[in-house]
Amino acid sequence: MTETAPDLSRLRGGAPPRNHDARTIAALTSNPGCARRGVMDAAAVDKDAVARALGFPAPFGQSQFAITRGNAFEAQIKADGCAELLALLRDRLGLTVPEVAYDDLESVAGNDARELRHSRTRRLVAQALESGDGTLFDHPLLRLEIAGHPAYLEPDVLAFQLAGRLHVIEIKSFAVVDGQAEPEQVAAAARQSAVYVLALRGLVAELGHDPARVSHDVFLVCPENFSNRPTATPLDVRPQLAVLERQLTRLVRVDDILAELPADLSFELGEELATSVRAVEARYAPDCMSGCEMALFCRDEARACGRTGALGRSVRDDLGGVDTIGTALALADGSLPPSDDLAETAEQLRTAARLRAEALGGALGGVA
Amino acid sequence: MSALSSLARVQAAAAGIAQPLATVRHCHLADAPLVLVPLKLAGEAAAPLAVMVGSGPGDPTLLAVPQPRNRDLRFAFAASLATIVLKHVETSRGAVEELPPGKDGDERIRYGDAPQLLVPNRGGVAFLRLMGRSTRFRSTEGQYAVDPAVPVLGRWLTWFADRFDHPGSSLLGAMTELLRLHWTTGQSSLEDGNLAALVGWIDPPDGLDGPSAAARAEDPVLCPPAGPTTDPTFDNEVLAPAIASYDRSGGDPRAEERLRAVLADQLTPTWELMWRAVGLLRELPEGASVPKRWERDRDAFTHYHQTFGEAYPQARRDAPVRAARRLHDLERAQDAYDAQRAFDDPLVMAEYRLGGQAFGGTVTDADPARLDETGKRPKLRPLLRVATQDPVRLDEGTTVCNAARPGLKGKIVEIGDGTVLLELTGGMGRKLTPEPGAVPEVGDRVCFTSLTEGSFGVAKFPDREDTPWTHGGPPGEYVPTAEDAEEAWS
Ligand code: SF4
Repeated sequence: MTETAPDLSRLRGGAPPRNHDARTIAALTSNPGCARRGVMDAAAVDKDAVARALGFPAPFGQSQFAITRGNAFEAQIKADGCAELLALLRDRLGLTVPEVAYDDLESVAGNDARELRHSRTRRLVAQALESGDGTLFDHPLLRLEIAGHPAYLEPDVLAFQLAGRLHVIEIKSFAVVDGQAEPEQVAAAARQSAVYVLALRGLVAELGHDPARVSHDVFLVCPENFSNRPTATPLDVRPQLAVLERQLTRLVRVDDILAELPADLSFELGEELATSVRAVEARYAPDCMSGCEMALFCRDEARACGRTGALGRSVRDDLGGVDTIGTALALADGSLPPSDDLAETAEQLRTAARLRAEALGGALGGVA
Repeated sequence: MSALSSLARVQAAAAGIAQPLATVRHCHLADAPLVLVPLKLAGEAAAPLAVMVGSGPGDPTLLAVPQPRNRDLRFAFAASLATIVLKHVETSRGAVEELPPGKDGDERIRYGDAPQLLVPNRGGVAFLRLMGRSTRFRSTEGQYAVDPAVPVLGRWLTWFADRFDHPGSSLLGAMTELLRLHWTTGQSSLEDGNLAALVGWIDPPDGLDGPSAAARAEDPVLCPPAGPTTDPTFDNEVLAPAIASYDRSGGDPRAEERLRAVLADQLTPTWELMWRAVGLLRELPEGASVPKRWERDRDAFTHYHQTFGEAYPQARRDAPVRAARRLHDLERAQDAYDAQRAFDDPLVMAEYRLGGQAFGGTVTDADPARLDETGKRPKLRPLLRVATQDPVRLDEGTTVCNAARPGLKGKIVEIGDGTVLLELTGGMGRKLTPEPGAVPEVGDRVCFTSLTEGSFGVAKFPDREDTPWTHGGPPGEYVPTAEDAEEAWS
């Protein structure tokens, strides 16, 4: 543990740490510049609880129909030591899958301490790597270094060793119709799988093996067409891995942020909560809505401050990075003399404003 | 996005109300479009739950599947939906126009009108596409026989979804996309995906402004989502118990009625919004090229309708040549559509002026009678000097045309110092003196652009028999199999 570790647990205000999952990590990398999220995640703060306490509960409700369907599909695939999954890997992908052992790492004798679960994962992966035998691990608990601090990952995936190579298998209940699925869902699954690949590679390297033994080809198992029949699609997540690795190195160093913050800062639920949260700078963008529990709070704050980023990253870029709506409008109507680095932006905005006014005034344009 | 539309977004945010992105309507709007508001069961690819459908605001029909996991009920739903959609298709043909015969003397006709389907959002389009996919191969005979209208519906829905991908087509419209083509809100495009929020920004109810109307729209209790995905809380607290009690009742009509009532509550607000949005679009005057694009839609409709009997259901996947041709067609259609909108609408042309591909200003000098006598025969080549403040990014020698009258063509002779010197080359009549009014006069406001409408030639693709072996060789005609017909729909 690093020196700041006690501070981080103090930030949680006594609440137990929250485990990450690949969704939260994939989301974290979509906004690497956000200090607020960086600190809260490094401290394993329960952001969901914080958002609720602030009066902005995260809109991530799930329908019981979707949950039931997802669970039923997963149970079907995993029944009898993953019989259906193994058959699928043999038939569809033409893999010669030998007899495999199946280990569920979900809980160790009812003791759920994550350190314990992680060390059990370590031990079993080490054994498998030594022997090279066919093995399926269910619910491994992995660890990934996030902004200088270890984060635990509870993947809902399987790690599968075949011919000395480990593959990540992700089970999703969205349908693949005629070989195509909804692109956003596939993209999200690929991003998440990349997180697991990376974490698994870290573990393999720690155990003294070549990290390349974890394949960048992951398998996505989904229902086919309109049936319950599973289909497996190999997915090369190299592009997602590259993005992930780059973003992780770009993550704001949590220690640097902490150094700037008041010594007694805490995200304990209570009256001071909103002030504490506001003390750490956020960088809200609409993507936050799909990945961060704090999104509605941060959106409200960004809107109240008139931030252009709340309108979308592309809007902010079009406006030459101008941060607030007020500044953009003042540059556009010429009431604010631009600084040198904004001269070009200001010129564009003034032209844009003139052209809009002209076209709306009907003075000139396509239709005489 | 561009600096122009982003500025409009910022202006909307500051004003608290949506700002126009267009001065005319760029889509065709039928007198009586068929509005569909579909809902599906969460977690399933295409399990229909309900649809509110009809051609007039006061005349909705609610179709519902009381137990969405029951295959027979699903197909009964598909059959009822087929009756409504196919009736709309058949009654939207209008009078038949006779066209001049084709190259090989074929008789050619065009229907005077075509059907139009409107759904709330892109999700609605995706739902119709999957609904089409899951019904078009069904067999009307044998063990898994379905109502004969079901596969017909499937083929039509597939066709509509296919036309949706065609830029400028108005046969199937997603309301959020249609509104966003004409207005920008002061929220992000993510939030614009919520129809109620979008309409709230454009036309806030009395006493509210854009942001407060949008905030209200985000409360799923006040404003149920526009589908096809339902609100998870509604699913868990209302829908699931209602379905369970229907199941327990053993098909009791009262239980079914209760279920229909809760679904109607979810659908009615969106149904009303759809017609309000239709009204908002109707208030805009129609763009000049809209009838031309609708004519292409009518051609496509005529062709599909006329050949329906001889054709098979659309293949599961396009064969390579067909896929390449389709991609090429779509790109061409996109270019033509973008250009047409700019010619129709000064506010769209403003984007090109900001980008430097068009410029507008006042004529400061004109020599309308100038002749070019360097060649064998003299040619009419008037000169025009236009003063402009626009950031022109065109090269000397570029051919341009007049935005208001694209027939009037010219060439850029010189650019500099806030003026552009043009030599006019065409569109002034056949004589050596221009037709009256053809050449702009000093003091006239003009706009010229390098944009052209559909500058692409027709692509050459091999016929299907000549598909290169690199693309799998000639594909077999797609003939649906028995397996297609019996595909599970669970
Ligand atoms: S929602 Fe807030 S805390 Fe989360 S990433 Fe976005 S800005 Fe940061």
